[in-house]
Amino acid sequence: MSQMTASGAGSAGRSERTLWQRLSHDRNFLGLVFMIPAAAILLMFLAYPLFKGVWLSFTDAKIGRDGVWIGLENYEWLWDDKIFWLSVFNTLVYTIVASIFKFAVGLYLALLLNEKLPFKALIRSIVLIPFVVPTVLSAIAFWWIYDSQFSIISWSLKNMGLINENINFLGDPNNARASLIFANIWRGVPFIAITLLAGLQTVSPSLYEAATLDGATRWQNFWYITFPLLTPIIAVVMTFSVLFTFTDFQLIWAMTRGGPVNATHLMATLGYQRAIMAGNLGEGSAIATAMVPFLLVAIMVSWFGLQRRKWQQGGRDD
Amino acid sequence: MTEATAKPDMNDASEGMSYLDGGMRKIVYVYLPLALIMVVLIFPFYWMVLTSIKPEDQLIDMDKYNPFFVVGPTMKHITKLLFESNYPQWLWNTMYVSVIATFLSLIASVLAAYALVRIRFRGAEMVGAAIFLAYLVPPSILFIPLATIIQWYGLFDSPISLILVYPTILIPFSTWLLMGYFKTIPYELEECALIDGASRFQILFKIILPLAVPGLISASIFSLTLCWNEFIYALTFLSSSENKTVPVAIVSEFVDGDIYRWGSLMAGALVGSLPLVILYSFFVEHYVSAMTGAVKE
Repeated sequence: MSQMTASGAGSAGRSERTLWQRLSHDRNFLGLVFMIPAAAILLMFLAYPLFKGVWLSFTDAKIGRDGVWIGLENYEWLWDDKIFWLSVFNTLVYTIVASIFKFAVGLYLALLLNEKLPFKALIRSIVLIPFVVPTVLSAIAFWWIYDSQFSIISWSLKNMGLINENINFLGDPNNARASLIFANIWRGVPFIAITLLAGLQTVSPSLYEAATLDGATRWQNFWYITFPLLTPIIAVVMTFSVLFTFTDFQLIWAMTRGGPVNATHLMATLGYQRAIMAGNLGEGSAIATAMVPFLLVAIMVSWFGLQRRKWQQGGRDD
Repeated sequence: MTEATAKPDMNDASEGMSYLDGGMRKIVYVYLPLALIMVVLIFPFYWMVLTSIKPEDQLIDMDKYNPFFVVGPTMKHITKLLFESNYPQWLWNTMYVSVIATFLSLIASVLAAYALVRIRFRGAEMVGAAIFLAYLVPPSILFIPLATIIQWYGLFDSPISLILVYPTILIPFSTWLLMGYFKTIPYELEECALIDGASRFQILFKIILPLAVPGLISASIFSLTLCWNEFIYALTFLSSSENKTVPVAIVSEFVDGDIYRWGSLMAGALVGSLPLVILYSFFVEHYVSAMTGAVKE
């Protein structure tokens, strides 16, 4: 009897609290609640603008005026625009050259830092400083180093007797490209070096010992042990690097703003100039949208890089 | 994190082969190139510091004084910057926007990362993948449509626009980083608490977060740096001088064609970088783990 009332009361209590109880133990509901803040921000300010950008590129919107649908007109216009193609060319040169050097120097620096060194922690923190200082502020320092009159590089080379005239770093198209690429490499190397160093530290030294006992040279050690074990991290790091180099804006804007005669315009800076400064939102969006295919390729590479990594470690693919 | 503890052992083990490294070989193949790279990496800062304390006549007369050093340093550029320009206001704007944006995204990321790793609702894997993809969408293709959206919300030329937009850069990164940290916390702790009747919020705030403090520090330091560094959104959304952040102000407000501007420009760049460098010097380890963690996870 007493048992029956107890269980009866219990079931009555459960049915009273049932909605709250069910919800607070329901994974899907809880998950939804926890995801709301992040999802709201990302949907409103990332996903929506992404689609809106594509839509804008099919309109003739200007600043202060909603555009009407004009189909592919913006793209047709760009197709015949020499400056646009120049910016595509610049972007590709900038990305490819800077990425190759960043990878080579970054990997080299990582290997150097992986040696037995005194003050290793200190050296590592100094190496990272270019990455910590805001890009625009270090770009301003480079701007001063590249000054046409008071460049310290020109001064040093002149005093060494190697050149007679100041180098026109940012005034000549090819010099300007090279100068910007150098600044980009300078800024990107620490990130690549430190992440690859983290990867190197996970490689077991016993592998090298075994290989050395079998008569492997240093080069063979690197090529047959280090490099294969490092490829997954390299894939991810380089995807990030390529992605951010391809869409770079700040360095160029702080130093040349696309000049001289559009020689250093990247797609991002040209998009800014056309959309925000000239007010042609539609045309600027078309330039920005033209970057998307490249972005997709980079994302695919990164994705498969990650997958392979999990597989290599014997982990499951989540 | 595990690497930091495992490292000393590896160093001991590698000593087994270090007899192969002769003294000369190491100097030529390791120290020399390393020193060269370090000098190149550091030089722009040396130059920045040097220029900002150089008297004006030494800046343009490079033959009378050796330009690599300074004779009779001056604080003129820095005091002029701090007391006769809007610089303190710009610095304050940058700090204010960065701190609030970081704080907002940290809250959103903690909740999201916990949900993705531990609640594992239906579709969690897909949402996780979507957040990773969001990490790869660069601001350069978003700023034009965002400018129209910000305009439409009436937030143009307001710091609130940046506080709302910066989390789109920070949340994907922090969520991804925190997911890694949460995964290392044993499930058993949580099961015990669940059995004792704790709610998910209680578990998150009383068990998970205290254990994930290093991750939280990493995420916030790195987020703060990213905000401070952000340029294209701040350039597009802000127009009046008193609302600008340091990076934008320095490229738009200082450039006046004055031959002597370099001293104040470099002082501006130096003062704008110092807070981050100081913060970084205190949290190097967290910083490195944030950087490598986001790539490795």
